[in-house]
Amino acid sequence: MTSKDKNWKEIAPAGVCSKSSKSFLTGDWKTYTPIRDVKKCVRCLTCVIFCPDGAINWVPDKKDIEFDMSYCKGCGICANECPTKAITMKLE
Amino acid sequence: MTTQEWKFTSKEIANKPDLFLPGHRACAGCVPATVLKLVMKATRGPTIVTEATGCMEVVSSIYPYTSWATPWLHTAFETAAANASGIEAALKIMKKKGRISQEHVDVIAIAGDGGTFDIGFQALSGAVERGHDFLFLLYDNEAYMNTGIQRSSGTPHGAATTTSPAGSSVPGKLEYKKPLADIMIAHNMEYVATASPYYWRDLITKVRKGLEVEGPAFLHVFAPCPRGWRSNPAKSIEYSKLAVETCVFPIWEAVNGNYKLSSPSKLLSLAPQKKKPVSDYLKGQGRFRHMFKPENKALLDEVQNITDKRWEQLLKKCNLS
Repeated sequence: MTSKDKNWKEIAPAGVCSKSSKSFLTGDWKTYTPIRDVKKCVRCLTCVIFCPDGAINWVPDKKDIEFDMSYCKGCGICANECPTKAITMKLE
Repeated sequence: MTTQEWKFTSKEIANKPDLFLPGHRACAGCVPATVLKLVMKATRGPTIVTEATGCMEVVSSIYPYTSWATPWLHTAFETAAANASGIEAALKIMKKKGRISQEHVDVIAIAGDGGTFDIGFQALSGAVERGHDFLFLLYDNEAYMNTGIQRSSGTPHGAATTTSPAGSSVPGKLEYKKPLADIMIAHNMEYVATASPYYWRDLITKVRKGLEVEGPAFLHVFAPCPRGWRSNPAKSIEYSKLAVETCVFPIWEAVNGNYKLSSPSKLLSLAPQKKKPVSDYLKGQGRFRHMFKPENKALLDEVQNITDKRWEQLLKKCNLS
């Protein structure tokens, strides 16, 4: 929250959240970064489905997946669930 | 209800835009966030979501940000089902008076185990008794994680929480987990199911079935919490698989009270040798660490016995034993 926003004392009791959380980047939380081995990846989309943060997206035009590091929290679920072990976690 | 089986492919799921947006403040490795993301992929049209207080309400609506790309309402801890009843009644009268153009609007009420097992239970029971058309989704992370890991009636036997700490006098929680899905079946509901996010296609199909039912539907989803379970965040989804494989959390659905095991659990009923011991699921979780001490061997055996007993009871209900 930036200083321009109203604080909790100034807002109406039934507050309405007005901004999309997409503008709040949680990518700086991580200590481990997922690294994908493109050769091993079979595009099964398991990681896209299990990512809690929606940080892995399927891009139909490229016919490939794309990591969005601005939201990735580095939990490692993608690396653990990957059936071909194409993703490894690297300490930042 | 139609008996048609939906075939959601991973590509269809990946192509459908998220209604639960990234940028929420859940911990790393939070499975309830995965559950909500998948649940919102199963919607079939305009949907209104109402949530009880809990982890997922807090992380998705920190002022001024919201993670919901769909109308969303939160009032108090106990009121998820009461809100849903109100929304459904309002939609009905607005449609009658011609004030909304939508043919049908789905209502989903979401609550954690605290907001369902304990605090929200009377509101849920009342809403189901009145027969409102909504889906109640319970994401069960087995304690009050948001306020600091206090035990709830959804916490399993023997788990250490901050209000049932494992020590020399008490070996974790003494009471057993409440069989909530069975209690909901006793309300004569048309559709009650349990699901686990590892079997995501099964989960999404169950959500869609619950939405298509005319009247209340209840879905109990298992959702590991690495912070409260003191486990490795990377293993969270793996625990949701192990819980099914060890029969700690069997997945099934009941249409009009007729129990039917879903395929991963059905497989275990046909091939009992594939059933894993509960210790496979318990080890690695910090909340069960004390169970592996030699003096607590009896506790571990007891957990295995309860699990086996509940599994046998379930098989009887499904007419499989």
